[in-house]
Amino acid sequence: MKFKIFAVITFLLLSYALYQGMWAAPREATMGDIQRIFYYHVPSAWTSFLCFLANFIASIIYLARRNLKADALAVSTAEVGVVFCTVVLVTGPLWARPVWGIWWTWDARLTTTLVLWLIYVSYLILRRYSTGQATPTLAAALAIFGFLDVPIVYMSIRWWRTQHPQPVIAGGQGSGLDPRMWTAVLWNWAAFMALAGLLIYVRYRLAVFRQQLDEAHALKAVGRAEGSLTR
Amino acid sequence: MSGLASVTASNLRKDVRLEWRSKDAVNAMLFFALLVVVIFSFAFDPTAEESRQIVGGLVWVAFLFAAIVALNQAWMRELRNQVLDAYRVSPAPANALFLGKAIGNFLFISVVEALLVPLFVVFYNLRSVGPPWQLVPVFLLGTWALVVVGTFFAAISLRTRSREVMLPLILFPVSIPAVLAMVEATTMVLTGTETPRFWMTLLLVYDVVFTTVCLLLFETVLHAE
Amino acid sequence: MSKIFGRFAALREVTAAFQPGRVYAIFGDNGAGKSTLLRVICGLASATSGKVMIFCSRERSVFTSRLGYMGHAPMLYDEMSGIENLRYFAGLYGISDSARCEQAIVAVGLDPALTRRVGEYSQGMRQRMSLARAAIHDPEILLLDEPFSNLDPGSARAMGQLVAGMRDRGKTILVVTHQAAHLAEIADESLWMSAGRIAAWERGIAAAERAAASAVVS
Repeated sequence: MKFKIFAVITFLLLSYALYQGMWAAPREATMGDIQRIFYYHVPSAWTSFLCFLANFIASIIYLARRNLKADALAVSTAEVGVVFCTVVLVTGPLWARPVWGIWWTWDARLTTTLVLWLIYVSYLILRRYSTGQATPTLAAALAIFGFLDVPIVYMSIRWWRTQHPQPVIAGGQGSGLDPRMWTAVLWNWAAFMALAGLLIYVRYRLAVFRQQLDEAHALKAVGRAEGSLTR
Repeated sequence: MSGLASVTASNLRKDVRLEWRSKDAVNAMLFFALLVVVIFSFAFDPTAEESRQIVGGLVWVAFLFAAIVALNQAWMRELRNQVLDAYRVSPAPANALFLGKAIGNFLFISVVEALLVPLFVVFYNLRSVGPPWQLVPVFLLGTWALVVVGTFFAAISLRTRSREVMLPLILFPVSIPAVLAMVEATTMVLTGTETPRFWMTLLLVYDVVFTTVCLLLFETVLHAE
Repeated sequence: MSKIFGRFAALREVTAAFQPGRVYAIFGDNGAGKSTLLRVICGLASATSGKVMIFCSRERSVFTSRLGYMGHAPMLYDEMSGIENLRYFAGLYGISDSARCEQAIVAVGLDPALTRRVGEYSQGMRQRMSLARAAIHDPEILLLDEPFSNLDPGSARAMGQLVAGMRDRGKTILVVTHQAAHLAEIADESLWMSAGRIAAWERGIAAAERAAASAVVS
C-alpha cells in the first residue's frame, strides 16, 4: 500500500517536473530550447552521486557488521546509480552536438562522470563474475576504493582541464541561472530522487528475496523445517 | 611473536629469491613492454619535437600493460599448492603478506622501467628540456600507485572467473587519476613547461590514501571465502 | 555447527568434542564433509551457523600459533628447497632458529641438506615435508587431511608412526583418511561421516569397519 502511494507521488512529481522543465522555465537566450536538457542532465548527475554515496555507506556497514541487507542495499544503489550516470553521459553529447557542434568535450564534470561510470560498472561486473560466497566482501572493498577515488578523480581532471581548456557543457561557474530555471532544476531533482528511491526499493526487495530464498534452501539442505541460520 | 616488519621482510626476501631464480615476471614484462614500444613507433611516427609531447603518455601506457602482466601472476605461486591457506592458518599478520608482495612487485616493475627508459630515449630520440631528475619522484610515486592498488585488486580477482581479464577491468578505472598525473607530470618535465608540483602532490595523496585503505582492508579480503 | 556453500550443505548440524592427547580418525565417503570439517575447525572456512571453540575460545589469535594444518595440496613452494620452505614457514610463527627446521625435517625422515626443489620431490617426500611444515611450531593440535594419499605402504607406515609419535608427545591429532588400515593401531577414536553428518563415533577404527559392514548389508 505504501509502495503504491509512493509510486503515485513519484509519478506526480515527474509530471510536474516535466511541466516545469518543458514549459514553465524560460527559453534560454543563446541556446534555445535545447538547453532544457539541462533539467535532466544536472539532476541526474546529483542523483547518481547520492546513489554512489549510499553504496559507499552500505558497503562500510556490510564490512563492519556483515549485515546481508546492507549488501542488498549496496547492489541496488550501485545499479540505480549507474542508470542515472548513463543518463548524464547520454544527455551530455545530445546537448553538446547542436550547441557546439561537437559530440564530446573532455570537460571536468562530464569526464569525472565518465570515470565514475567506469568505476561502478566495473563494480557490477566484479559482482557478476565473482565465484563463491565472498562476493559481498570483495564488492564492498572495491566500492570503498571507488568512492574514495572520486574526489581525487575530480581534482585531477579539473587541473588537467585548466592546462588544456575545452568548452564546458553545463555552463561554467559564472553563468547565472534565472530563478525560474533553478525552480525547474530543483523540481526535476526531487522527481528523480523519488524515482531513484522507488527503483532502489524495488531492486532491494528483489535482492532480499533472493537472499531469503537461498537461506530457505540452505535450511532445507541442513534438514531443518524453519528457523534461521544466523549465528 | 611474528612481527609485521620481520614477516614482511621474510616475504619480500622469498619473493625476490623466487623471482631471481625464475625471472618469469621480469622477462615477460620486459618483452611485452618492448613490443608495446615498437608497435607505438609504427602507430605514431613523431619528430623529435612532437615526441616530447606524446612520450609521456606512451611510456605510461607501456608500463601499465607491463605492470598488468606482472600483477596477474603476483599471487600465482601462493595459489598453487594452497600456500595461501598455510599463511592464513598461521598467526602471521595479513598485512605483512600484502606489503611483502607489493614491495616485491614494486622492485620488479622498477627494474623493468629502468631498463626500458633508455630504450624510449633511443627510439624517440628523446632529450628532456626540463631537469630529468624530476622524473625520478614521478616514476617512484606513480609506480607505487599502480602496484599497491594492483596487488590488492589482484588478490580480489583471485576469487573471480576470468581472473586475468578481471584485474585490468577493476584496476584501470580506479587508477585513472594516477595515470593522468604520471602522464602529465612526465610530459611537463620533458617539455620543460614547469615543475609538475600539482601532479606530484596528487600522486602523493593518491599513494597515501590508497596504501592506507589497502592496509585496512587486506586482512578482510584475504580471509573472505 | 553447519557449513553451507550457496545451496549445498557440506556440514549439517555437526556436534563434536575432541579431547586432548588423542588421535581421531575421520572416515567417510567422498563429499561427506570431512575436509570441510577440518577447514572450519582451523578457521580457513567460517561456519554458517553454530560455532567452533578451541581452547575454550573463538578468538583466532588464541589458537593460530597452537594449531597446525596439513591439506590435500602440499602447501609448499615448488621452487624452493625443503629447508628453505621450512625456514620461511617457521618465520611465520616467529621461529628464526634454523636448527629447529633441520630437526623437523630429520624427524620426518628426510635430509635437511637436500637442495632439490620441492617441486621435484616424490609424493611421499612431499607429504612428509608438508607434515614437517604443519608441525614446525610444535602445535598442540594437528589437523591432517589425507596424509596417506598416494603413499606406498612403506611410506604410509612411516607416516603412521610419525602420527603416533606426535600423539605420544601429547598432541591432539585429527586425521581425515580413506584408508582405515593405516591407522589401525594408532587411532584412539574414529568418526564416520556421511552426507555432512557424523553417522558413527567409535573406539579405535571401529567406525570404518561398522560403516563398511552396513554398506555390505544394504
